[in-house]
Amino acid sequence: MKKIAKQTYIALAGLSVLMGTVSASAGPEEDRLKLVAHFKNKFPDLKFDDYIYSALAFDPDAKAQYNSIMEFPPYTSELDKGAKLWKTPLKSGKTYADCLPNGGKMIAGNYPIFDDAKGKVVTLEDTINDCRVANGEEAYQIGDDKTLGLISAYMRTLSDGMKMNIKVEGAGALKAYEDGKRTFYGRVGQLNFSCGNCHVDNAGVRIRSELLSPVIGQATHWPAFRGGDKLTTLQERYKGCQYDVRHTPDKPGSTRYNNLEYFHSYLSNGLEMKASVFRK
Amino acid sequence: MRKRASIITGVIATLLASSAYAVETGKDIAFNRSKGNCLACHSMPTLPDAEQPGESGPPLIAMLARFPDRAVLRAKIWDATATNSGSFMPPMGKHQVLTEAEIDKVVDFLYGL
Ligand code: HEC
Ligand code: HEC
Repeated sequence: MKKIAKQTYIALAGLSVLMGTVSASAGPEEDRLKLVAHFKNKFPDLKFDDYIYSALAFDPDAKAQYNSIMEFPPYTSELDKGAKLWKTPLKSGKTYADCLPNGGKMIAGNYPIFDDAKGKVVTLEDTINDCRVANGEEAYQIGDDKTLGLISAYMRTLSDGMKMNIKVEGAGALKAYEDGKRTFYGRVGQLNFSCGNCHVDNAGVRIRSELLSPVIGQATHWPAFRGGDKLTTLQERYKGCQYDVRHTPDKPGSTRYNNLEYFHSYLSNGLEMKASVFRK
Repeated sequence: MRKRASIITGVIATLLASSAYAVETGKDIAFNRSKGNCLACHSMPTLPDAEQPGESGPPLIAMLARFPDRAVLRAKIWDATATNSGSFMPPMGKHQVLTEAEIDKVVDFLYGL
């Protein structure tokens, strides 16, 4: 009897802790829907599907220029190099396609994932590396544009048209998501900017001549090739923004960036992917 | 050898200091992207050379009429978040983006707008 009472008490305590968390921070889906509503209210004419174009969605001339560049992208030869690396068998004789779910096709929108066994966020680049190690090769350096960058630039195109579908399930995943959220909304550095100041509060607004893109849709099209053929991964873009606003950037692949990518990518859920696009 | 190096350093330092001194008007500080960078967010409609302004903050115009109290205007530049906690504007003085003397020059400059 006593034992049952104690168990009930523990269960109740657990429940109240759970409810406490729920009320203290709305879940990821509430976060996302709130942002979708915020932007819909701010930009009633912008279609949800067009958020994948980021700042271009606000600037018809720039969008037209983008469309014509995308007909003959100046970086096709880089993608060909990526395809070659992707198809080259690993030491075990297996290929990346053998090693990844669904032959590596239509899966990029699931990444980053939270891996409960590892207790951390795993990006698509990490998964490619895991595949290498499992097949007798050494892991590539995260942020090496000539190897891992090129492979992912090609491999992600195999998921063009997939809708982003990041999952945040379980306590560990939620913790990583919340950590990314803190990075996104925290005001830091000499200029006192958060990512959210620019890409939520001031989306659609020009800073000098640059139109600020809304956060939703931002994660759908990486890597991008900037200014011709300079491969830029999503985390390298984070670095660029942090550098521009005088924050101290991380190295790609840091826990902070991985958690940020997890949070940031979740906000693009439901939007179509198109990898390896042109950006100025 | 060491003496020569220190003389050269001294000359360079003097040159740098004097050129900085000569160049840095309030307008320069306001326009400089690595200093005030006010144009990133504000237009200055009375200045024809205030090109490609951003649009996040209000136009900087008729400052004397709108900010008769110099201390209020200076405080706004020093830390806009003090009166508007969500302000997008960097706290120029509080975070030492600009020195106190630079802020004074910028304020003088603003009153000419
Ligand atoms: C002071 C404003 C500012 C801040 C703060 C800022 N960015 Fe940016 N960001 C920009 C500008 C300007 C661009 C280029 C125009 C655009 O696409 O928005 C950009 C572009 C981007 C892009 C590329 C969008 C695309 O589709 O090409 C991503 C992703 C991004 N920022 C993420 C972030 C993240 C994450 C943070 C916080 C670590 C951050 N930004 C902080 C100004 C900012
Ligand atoms: C990153 C954008 C940004 C930069 C850079 C910036 N401001 Fe601002 N500023 C704002 C915003 C947004 C407001 C309106 C919100 C507020 O009052 O806090 C504002 C408000 C002001 C105001 C009050 C204007 C009014 O009509 O009430 C003054 C004056 C001002 N800024 C001057 C400056 C000066 C001078 C500089 C350069 C040294 C500067 N700002 C740089 C964004 C910026």
